[in-house]
Amino acid sequence: MTDQAVEHEIGRSRLRKEDARLITGQTNWTDNIQVAGLLHLAVLRSPMAHARLTRVDVSPALERPGVVAAFSGADLAGGLGSLPCAWPVTEDIVLPDHPPVAVDEVRYAGDPVAVVVARDRYAAADALEAVEVDYDPLPPVLDLEAALAEDAPLVHADKGTNRCYTWPLATGESFDAVRERAEVTLKRRYHQQRLIPNAMEPRAVVVTPLASSGEYTVHSATQIPHILRIMLATVTGIPEQKLRVIAPDVGGGFGSKLQVYGEEALALAVARRLGRPVKWTESRSEGYLATHHGRGMIQDVEIAATREGRLLGLKVDLLADMGAYLMLVTPGIPILGAFMYPGIYKMDAYEFNCTGVFTTRTPTDAYRGAGRPEATFAIERIMDELAVELGLDPVEVRRRNWIRHEEFPYATIAGLTYDSGNYEAATEKALALFGYDDLRAEQRKRNERGDTVRLGIGVSTFTEMCGLAPSRVLRDLRYGAGGWEAASIRMLPTGKVEVVTGTSPHGQGHETCWSQIAADVLGVPFDDVEVVHGDTKSSPMGMDTYGSRSLAVGGEAVHRAAVKVVDKARKVAAHLLEASEQDLEFSGGAFSVKGSPEARRTIQEIAFETFTSHDLPDGMEPSINAETVLDPENFSFPHGTHLCAVEVDTETGKVRIRAYVCVDDVGTVVNPMIVEGQVHGGLAQGIAQALFEEAVYDDQGNLVSGTMADYLVPSAADLPDFVTDRTETPAVDNAMGVKGVGEAGTIASTPAVVNAVVDALRPLGVRDVRMPCSPHRVWQAVQAARSGGGVPAEDVEGTGPAQSGQSGQAAQSGDVGQYDPSGKEDQA
Amino acid sequence: MIPPAFEYARPGSVDEAVRVLAGAGEDGKVLAGGQSLLPLLRMRLAFPELVVDVGRIGELRGVREDGDTLVIGAMTTHHEVVRDPLVRRHAGLLAEATATVADPAVRHRGTLGGSLAHADPAGDLPAVALALDAELVVAGPGGRRTVPAREFFVDYLQSALAPDELLVEVRIPKTDGWSFHYEKFHPVAQSWAIVGVAALVRRDDGHIAEARVGLTNMGSTPLRATAAEEALSGADGPEAVARAAEAAAEGARPSQDLAASPEYRRHLARVLTRRAVLTATGWG
Repeated sequence: MTDQAVEHEIGRSRLRKEDARLITGQTNWTDNIQVAGLLHLAVLRSPMAHARLTRVDVSPALERPGVVAAFSGADLAGGLGSLPCAWPVTEDIVLPDHPPVAVDEVRYAGDPVAVVVARDRYAAADALEAVEVDYDPLPPVLDLEAALAEDAPLVHADKGTNRCYTWPLATGESFDAVRERAEVTLKRRYHQQRLIPNAMEPRAVVVTPLASSGEYTVHSATQIPHILRIMLATVTGIPEQKLRVIAPDVGGGFGSKLQVYGEEALALAVARRLGRPVKWTESRSEGYLATHHGRGMIQDVEIAATREGRLLGLKVDLLADMGAYLMLVTPGIPILGAFMYPGIYKMDAYEFNCTGVFTTRTPTDAYRGAGRPEATFAIERIMDELAVELGLDPVEVRRRNWIRHEEFPYATIAGLTYDSGNYEAATEKALALFGYDDLRAEQRKRNERGDTVRLGIGVSTFTEMCGLAPSRVLRDLRYGAGGWEAASIRMLPTGKVEVVTGTSPHGQGHETCWSQIAADVLGVPFDDVEVVHGDTKSSPMGMDTYGSRSLAVGGEAVHRAAVKVVDKARKVAAHLLEASEQDLEFSGGAFSVKGSPEARRTIQEIAFETFTSHDLPDGMEPSINAETVLDPENFSFPHGTHLCAVEVDTETGKVRIRAYVCVDDVGTVVNPMIVEGQVHGGLAQGIAQALFEEAVYDDQGNLVSGTMADYLVPSAADLPDFVTDRTETPAVDNAMGVKGVGEAGTIASTPAVVNAVVDALRPLGVRDVRMPCSPHRVWQAVQAARSGGGVPAEDVEGTGPAQSGQSGQAAQSGDVGQYDPSGKEDQA
Repeated sequence: MIPPAFEYARPGSVDEAVRVLAGAGEDGKVLAGGQSLLPLLRMRLAFPELVVDVGRIGELRGVREDGDTLVIGAMTTHHEVVRDPLVRRHAGLLAEATATVADPAVRHRGTLGGSLAHADPAGDLPAVALALDAELVVAGPGGRRTVPAREFFVDYLQSALAPDELLVEVRIPKTDGWSFHYEKFHPVAQSWAIVGVAALVRRDDGHIAEARVGLTNMGSTPLRATAAEEALSGADGPEAVARAAEAAAEGARPSQDLAASPEYRRHLARVLTRRAVLTATGWG
């Protein structure tokens, strides 16, 4: 089936060609890599959130069996620079020094203090216990608001402030002006808890020095081999051309491997120092401390609207938890969201302010959606609140504000140009699949009966920006690189095809999709295409994979390169068929002269003719290979309508998702099965934020949800059967019409679920439930509402009727994910 | 996740296991299915000098009848317990509760004896053993002794087993004619119960003649909700059950953790006891 060219490869649900080796593990996961003489590196980590290091003595570790070397931060400082931050979002941003191993101060529980190198992993782990470290405790910095106070203890004392930056945006009319003329204003505070990415494969790195050439091969479980190469050269001073970075098969990332980690630099530095190959692999609990976290924001959101429900303006004030240091793109994550708060809605005024705050916690950075889920959550939650305020159906209030399909392209208040979309079509389809009216009727009945188990319905009509990114836009955002992507196609003499891509898949299925794209354009069999990726030696140019960019930029680049190949082959074909190029047809992988189909040359035959070069057109270079470096003209904007029905057991607080329907519009679909898989996985992760997951710290800054026993990653058993469907409104700024799908499910689902939970409990007087909506939290909210617990004034404000019966949330201080062992939440 | 170094022994019989354990004293640790011990080792929370793997001792495995009693070998896996026809017929509560333990991978490795000897009050099976009035047969240097479940669970992760003793079998009085239900309340499928309730009910002429209620994760050991049990006696319908269940948390001192406050746990114990008994009786 796959050895024959088929007419339309794009749009076929092909089984993924990479799956057999990935699923069976018969592949080079980084930790599987064995090299003769391999040494193992282990990292000793601070057990304290904040302390001065008064003594680090690694010498006792050297006495332990099997130990080859041990280093403190001071020992390594000479050969290692600060870890990079490539997105200094403002001119006056505070950029603290970030040594891969702490030298005189630790700033989060998990901050490295020493490394041990031994002949096996066991010896290295045992020897860590022999390293002697004296800590002089400093006060932890955990509360985002308190951290900004005059006299707050400082994460980086030399900087004189915990404020990393403040990034403002104001467009359209002034918000104050529209607030003046608004009939309704609502103000809410939302908390984006910290999340811990859980890629199935932990981080790992193997560095192999080649004495003969002075080269180093770095195998790393990374999303970004190309960026990593540049950054490792910068951090270690090793010339870039002496570094070869390979991302072998990588088992998931979700943004957590869009990073330049200290351990990668350490393995390289130690391999250089010892002249021996070095491996480091993290354990799951080590990863919980030392792999970057996601989210961690407090959002103050205010909207102004008319009585009819027309939005006039939106004002957003964010406090974003940077954690202890700025990692690769830490400061930019909330800024990526800045453009998405207005969502799919029209309005006259938009103000956005984000302040990044240092805390003594694990650094934050990109996590699936990266800024956009937070934005979507805020706008979709408050749109539901507006509907309640006005007595409108939440779908209707959205309909009154969204961009109509005939208004595209549409310049949004936040300054983006949405190229295409059809929110009406997606919403109509979703409502029908969901049985919206029937569920509303059942909800009313249950409420009238006063059922213990209430039904709630949540709506989320989202959009997001993918296809990162036009390089000039990145310049304006002070991002330290471009947003292009490279692809080249090599037509081999035997008719086979190599597609070289600069994207770096870690589970997405690029090998399958890029093969489909190339096979579709070239008319060659799917199985004749091989995709080469993830090795700076064989695919030297690339910007790697993150932000749902790969298809819209990298896939599009493959498409363009394939078109170039066909154009070149056409010249050879015309010459061989003794016809003019204009008289040739190309279909099914073969050129023929219009009107005489028997005279034909396949593109694979032309590849061989080009190889021999015996009979090429005069002056033609003997190659039909082609290369493209594509800088996108615009972002792409997937959208969709997600509907969630939950049953909330008001007696126990347990939330059960009864139905979940989503209709996504991701433009042209290359492989429907892969899109479906991405949506399912995305939904699971978004629902996990709504209901299950939270990185929780105690008041000393210790991560108390430090294992999977306490950090609750849901499994299939905890999730409903998803009903997924699509509308297909092609993107107009790329030839294929593709938009990207990697993050859609995650971005859309979190507000859909929380809206449903609150919708179920609103008749009981509950106005909000903080994420994750765990049974305990939901129960507390119900208890507080029943006992007439008031609304914390700073969380809910409005010009509507007096607000009462707010949820039983803990004191609404500036903490995100703080664990209060006193159990005082009970007394709410 | 690298365990510390330890010696490893794999005895072939109970006698040999007891001898090896006696030699190690406080520094020995029994490895059954490994579903609790291995994580402790990998997190470096346990540092035994000697790990005694009893996985190859055939006599510790299997289910048999002994008159009115069901005898289950300590190394019988959860999966085997769930599937065993004798267990399903004569100790249905155990089969039902065991099916809720963790996930299939854990149930294929983990064992009944290991789970009881670990004495985790958040584990599902200790409270079930309590409700079933199980007896635990323990082999030591001086021979065998039988410990009632009520005396077996001493404190958090602490059983009545001496360091040189091995749990060899679990004796469960048959509960033919009783109805039962294990009501497990957990945030995600694979997590421990926030609270679990194991209910066994014997009915006589339309009312409850006798009820036994075991509580999971309501204190440092599994508990029997004795006040509720007494109140349930004579209950003749849902209202009476609901009233009796109000006593379910009496005397319990549940802990505070990320999943729940003590107050919430007490509330859940009452709600879940009502639900468990109503499900068992079919009155729900």
